[in-house]
Amino acid sequence: MQNPLDSLWGTVISGFVLTLVLYVIVTKLIGV
Amino acid sequence: MEFLPGLERWFHLMAGVMWIGLLYYFNFVQVAAMKAATADSTAAGISKHVAPRALLFFRYAAVVTWLTGAGLLGSHFVDAFTFKSGYAMIGMGAWLGTIMLINVWTLIWRNQKKILGMVPATDAEKVTARRVAFLASRTNTMLSIPMLFFMASGGAHMGQFVF
Repeated sequence: MQNPLDSLWGTVISGFVLTLVLYVIVTKLIGV
Repeated sequence: MEFLPGLERWFHLMAGVMWIGLLYYFNFVQVAAMKAATADSTAAGISKHVAPRALLFFRYAAVVTWLTGAGLLGSHFVDAFTFKSGYAMIGMGAWLGTIMLINVWTLIWRNQKKILGMVPATDAEKVTARRVAFLASRTNTMLSIPMLFFMASGGAHMGQFVF
């Protein structure tokens, strides 16, 4: 499997996916 | 003394724009430009005259951004980093920014010095350094996306993105 960070679009998309994951962790698991 | 937080926020934003602006320059512009410049033997211009200057402002802007950010958190510094109630959003942004700062000074800068010939390195070491610096820079570009989201939704703008 190719590393998504090797491509610019892979990096940007990974950033948006990570944002969503961290947002769910902060709001649902940690609690704002 | 009431103007101090405003001044600190102003400098935090200016340094942050310079830091992330140069990070995006490296990833969106310089990586592709170096590839094209290497193909027509003009890469030396970038690696000799552009990259060292860009890296200088990049790594010190990262420090100023972190220090002014820490100053803005003030007495809530620990609250943010321990995700205390009301500080979880800005805390996540602060953690991401801190990881990015560490990446800049350890993985990126340490390896860029080898790539640019500022410290002695063998060809094999340069190949490894190039790959590590590239991936660390791409990791920071990826982390900057959630970092900016949490910075924009925490602190003074707290709750804006909480549904």
